[in-house]
Amino acid sequence: MRPNGKQMRRREALALLAAAPIASAFACNGAEVARAQRAIAGAYVPRFFTESEYETVRVLVDILIPKDARSGSATDAGVPQFMDFLMDDQPERRTPMRGGLSWLDAECQVRFDRTFLDCDPSERSGLLDEIAHPERARDELSHGVSFFNRFRDLTATGFFSSKMGVADLRYMGNEHVTEWTGCPQEQLDKLGLS
Amino acid sequence: MQIIRSRKKYDVAIIGSGAGGGMAAKVLAEAGAEVALLEAGPMWDSEKDSEMFTWAYDAPRRGAAIPERHFGELHAGLGGWSLDGEPYTTAPGTEFDWFRVRMLGGRTNHWGRISLRFGPDDFKARTKDGLGDDWPIGYDEMAPYYDKIDRLIGIFGSNEGLHNEPDGIFQPAPEPMCYEHFVKRGCDGLGITCIPSRMSILTRPLNGRPACHYCGQCGRGCAAHANFSTPSVLLPPALETGRLELLTQAMAREVTTNDEGLATGVSYVDKTTGQERHVRADIVVLAASACESARLLLNSKAPRHENGLANNTGNVGRYLMDSTGTDALGYFPQFEDGVPHNEDGANGNHMYMPWWRDNRELDFPRGYHIEFWGGRGMPRYGFLNGIEKTPLGGGYGQALKDNYRKMYGSRIGFSGRGEMIPNEDTYCELDPEAVDRWGIPVLRFHFRWSEHELLQVKHMHETFHGLIHELGGTPLTPMPTAEEGYGILPGGRIIHEVGVTRMGDSPRTSVLNAYCQAHDAKNVFVADGGPLVSQPHKNPTWTILALAMRTSEYIAEERRKGEI
Repeated sequence: MRPNGKQMRRREALALLAAAPIASAFACNGAEVARAQRAIAGAYVPRFFTESEYETVRVLVDILIPKDARSGSATDAGVPQFMDFLMDDQPERRTPMRGGLSWLDAECQVRFDRTFLDCDPSERSGLLDEIAHPERARDELSHGVSFFNRFRDLTATGFFSSKMGVADLRYMGNEHVTEWTGCPQEQLDKLGLS
Repeated sequence: MQIIRSRKKYDVAIIGSGAGGGMAAKVLAEAGAEVALLEAGPMWDSEKDSEMFTWAYDAPRRGAAIPERHFGELHAGLGGWSLDGEPYTTAPGTEFDWFRVRMLGGRTNHWGRISLRFGPDDFKARTKDGLGDDWPIGYDEMAPYYDKIDRLIGIFGSNEGLHNEPDGIFQPAPEPMCYEHFVKRGCDGLGITCIPSRMSILTRPLNGRPACHYCGQCGRGCAAHANFSTPSVLLPPALETGRLELLTQAMAREVTTNDEGLATGVSYVDKTTGQERHVRADIVVLAASACESARLLLNSKAPRHENGLANNTGNVGRYLMDSTGTDALGYFPQFEDGVPHNEDGANGNHMYMPWWRDNRELDFPRGYHIEFWGGRGMPRYGFLNGIEKTPLGGGYGQALKDNYRKMYGSRIGFSGRGEMIPNEDTYCELDPEAVDRWGIPVLRFHFRWSEHELLQVKHMHETFHGLIHELGGTPLTPMPTAEEGYGILPGGRIIHEVGVTRMGDSPRTSVLNAYCQAHDAKNVFVADGGPLVSQPHKNPTWTILALAMRTSEYIAEERRKGEI
């Protein structure tokens, strides 16, 4: 089970402290040290996202698709890593993503005087509620709405096309079928077609 | 640079290894001809190279498009809406998208396998409504060839006794999917004909090829050869004759001619070395896809062919057509919490709606068929994009997760495919300035939909919305407006380009005679979609195959008689 954002930052801080003498020796900055610590710990090192962007992504995807009785959360399914790969692979996604995450932090600064990550869950959901429903969002939040729509789409792609997501949906294809038997009687009955 | 000329003189050089080129290669090699088959792309073997049974989660982008494969990283098509170093241009005001692949077998590797005969009315449509032109041949001439390819290639379907959707020699059609039963009931309620599809996918073993295993991944190329592609069905018997030479990575530059104006062979670039080469042949068959063949003819200028080969009357490139097309999507809560089951099927197409109306009651000519899709397919890149636009809305959290589960398998999409009337403003020609990376002049497209096609597509949407309503669903796409062209897709998008080297009895208004033989050069033939005089709502491939077989038998007969 991966640690949540706050715990990660504590670990990062510890790592930084531990690495401080080395850092000063090699003139690394805090972010790079944290990245190095990640690599040493075997955790994924993002290619595109900065450390804090990546943390924000990890928090956001799990707000969108949480763990429940049927399946794990988006981070359990590796969605942040997939997103990072796509940012690297599809350059046209980079600015909308980076800009959207910045927009989120800037909006939180205005409302709560801190970044999205530093906000508590109710502050975060307060903001997200205002951009998660396009049909009733205020016009002045349109850029946030647009970002969140795209982010939601990407999270859904990453989650439901993953092995975990495919099992969650009970997709039963991609198999060699010798005899095609058509629609199960149970489903025909449900549809009133029998 | 010195051109390397082939020592051997072939009986026939064929340009293009798609449906028509593959059929020509088989028929002619089996008839005793020494055949050189040029293919611009590389070898591609569906047994080795297909991504059949690959999970989306085992692909880096979960199946998304990449520059080399515009239909997806797991899709068979090596190419797409643009090809590196091979541009094309469009005239101002034209919207035209040209889909090309470069690989052995061409687009037969990944096409939809929808295999519909043209009907008796389709060959003589002008006689019926005064629009377009009649073909110089009719269904009676084509029927024996349709029969032969049904038997050779294998096709599933049902005999329905419909006048203009002729019966065939069908293997049994697979049982409909759940959503197909559902839609069929709606169609019955509205008087829309809905019958089993006709697809070149085997449901019984044939000629050593196994029946389909219903993975629904025809677009990835069938590793089992259970569906039609040229390499699966036509090349093996051709190669078995020992008289077929495959020249892959061969980009044809022009068809060479002699002082009498007869073809002498094909100049081409060996893409692997950059070397200029020439293959000598007594007969040349162009089958590079309709527009590429037209381009080659236009680029084959000579004293006897000042406007390009076979173009003394200026008809090469004219009468360009694509199918009309538009799509709509509906959401059907009846499918929520559906019974999990394998719904992949035979390319997700076991039922369809052939044209069912009488045009005398309508404000547009000709017809369209409806294809539809739905069900519980493999989740991949783009999964349920835009859920915030649906009745379930956006949001986040447990409610969102549950909404995705509800919507999975609950959407049904409808696509119309209709007949375009050729018009004076729709054609292709050589661009006067641009060349491709080998210095070969490229095509410039001119394309315009007329009121006929716009009104036809408007009717498609009226039908879709009516059907969605009848089925108790919610449309997920709006009714397009007139300003939006009723949602008609740009020319080229349906990837059924035909007509640009058309058949006809009169050289004044056609490029080829009734045997797809060039009026201006009796040893030049065309065997792709170019010769088609019209394109009814039936997809062109089955007719391309039947016509290519007929043309090739004619070539063999003429050769035997010493005529060519």
